[in-house]
Amino acid sequence: MSAQALVNEKALGRNRRIKRLGKLGLLLNPLVAYFFLWAPILVLVLFSFNQSKSVASFTGFTLKWYSNILNNVVGAESAFSTELMLNAFRNSLFVGTIATAIATALGTMIALAMARGSFPGQRLLDGLLFLPVVIPEITQAISLAIFFKVAFDWIHLLSGERVFPGFHTIIMAHVTFNISYVAIVVRARLADMDPTLEEAASDLGANPWQTFWRVTFPLILPGVIAGALLAFTLSLDDFVITFFTSGVGTTTLPVFVYGLLKLTVTPEVNAISTIMMLLSTLLIGISLALQGRGTSQR
Amino acid sequence: MASFLARWMRGIPAYNKLLCVWWLAQVAGKKGGSFFVSRWFRRSQKDGSLLALPTVAWLLVFFVLPLVIVLVVSLMSRGRGGVAQLPLTLQHYERTFGIFSIILWRSIGLAGLTTVVCLLVGYPLAFFISTRRRRIVQQIALFLVILPFWTNFLIRTYAWRILLGDEGTINGVLRALGVISEPLQLLNTQFAVLVGLVYGFLPFMVLPIFASVERFNFRYVDAAQDLGANETRTFLRVVLPLTMPGVLAGCALVFIPSVGAFVTPDLLGGTKGLMIGNLINNQFGGSGNMPLGSALSIVMMGVVMLSLLVYVFGNRRQTGA
Repeated sequence: MSAQALVNEKALGRNRRIKRLGKLGLLLNPLVAYFFLWAPILVLVLFSFNQSKSVASFTGFTLKWYSNILNNVVGAESAFSTELMLNAFRNSLFVGTIATAIATALGTMIALAMARGSFPGQRLLDGLLFLPVVIPEITQAISLAIFFKVAFDWIHLLSGERVFPGFHTIIMAHVTFNISYVAIVVRARLADMDPTLEEAASDLGANPWQTFWRVTFPLILPGVIAGALLAFTLSLDDFVITFFTSGVGTTTLPVFVYGLLKLTVTPEVNAISTIMMLLSTLLIGISLALQGRGTSQR
Repeated sequence: MASFLARWMRGIPAYNKLLCVWWLAQVAGKKGGSFFVSRWFRRSQKDGSLLALPTVAWLLVFFVLPLVIVLVVSLMSRGRGGVAQLPLTLQHYERTFGIFSIILWRSIGLAGLTTVVCLLVGYPLAFFISTRRRRIVQQIALFLVILPFWTNFLIRTYAWRILLGDEGTINGVLRALGVISEPLQLLNTQFAVLVGLVYGFLPFMVLPIFASVERFNFRYVDAAQDLGANETRTFLRVVLPLTMPGVLAGCALVFIPSVGAFVTPDLLGGTKGLMIGNLINNQFGGSGNMPLGSALSIVMMGVVMLSLLVYVFGNRRQTGA
């Protein structure tokens, strides 16, 4: 056997070993990744049932932290009361509902205009719609906070009326970031839609108004509903922008939760987090099931 | 796009910001948004700008105007109580690039590192998911990535406080095993922030890559190998370039929110892991400095815009080639 062949043999062997190592790595990667994704959540749930206050070791199963929440007996160090939390939740629902209604209307309109209209500046508008989705939340939060402050100062200067941030500022902020998301979802639906249907309607003598309400709207309705649901969940979930635009007494659920989490780790907070996780998963699961049924019937 | 994904998108985008962002990034890669517009129909309608007017007005007032105000405020002096007043000055930018540059660079560095880690973990994971033969397994694999993200971001970040704390689970387990006697300082470090950021944004990387792997035709691999390319070469010359759009989109989607992160460093970073988002937040408290906060956010916006530009150009080169 020549020396060249030997070298080749060696290199082949090394390649094979690298290959095997790589295969092992590829095999382990999903395991590690899924463990990474799920471990924190499982640990959180586990320790909400822990008998001792420690999160270092599991000493035994108990439900007392949950009953503490229900009975409103939480350690003096924590700013928790069930009533306050429910109140924050109500605030969230209130803000979410109104912001969703406005954002859905505005977002659907712009989606239609972008997809069906043709006017100068459309590409610029594309960018404008794209921006709120990509810029970091804190930038938008800061700019809105400053904007409201400046606007309220001017109102005070001009009319002598003092205006404070509150539900109105949160709602305006939520509408602003939700418009883009609604527009995206509705546009996706419009892109899927067969445009000849609209043409057929107008050929048959329907005016644009009739065409819209009889043909276009029913066809894009699932998209509009999907957009509204997205806006609602984003609104319920938002912390950063709400944190900067809310006033006294208009705490939403995430802002309230943030207040709790900033304090030390307590078993009650773990229990609350577990409940919230369960609720949001349940909520999304139900709406998914509903939507799944809706699409299969079509 | 694979029909599976299309179906998935129709069903779920409704609930997930993430998917929506990803979808948008995909579309943005295609030229000029003409993807949306059926041009043929466009011509047969009137211009439709009236319909756009209310929304445009809203966005101008509540999105563009506030950004302009931030820009103006960032150029003003600090008055009593941290509010802005005349005269105009550049001192806040000087401070941003002066004493605060360490935090600026830390934010960029942490965001870059987050992106790299997400890519290293996310790329093989996306391959793993998309190469499952049975559709149901694939769906479950994808679902398992997305499901944790139905929980509020705050709670997901808080979970890491439990794990990383001095009296936390990781230290507890290590101590029980006798590996350490003193607790390791894990929480309130840059490491904690990195972990939190990777945890928070990993799906933003996995989903775009998954989408491009789904579109990838594995027969190209056979072709390359028939033509004598080894595995490394096949990967570098065939697989990677063809999945590059997904990689680019994923990197942009991870890097941008990481640079502007506020909650993660706030809950996990302490003073050692302070990022630009926290610094901005601090300028709006009692002893704050609004013009400085504005200057910091303008600079952050600049970083974001720059990375967006890199993304757009990178994408164009990819699709143009």
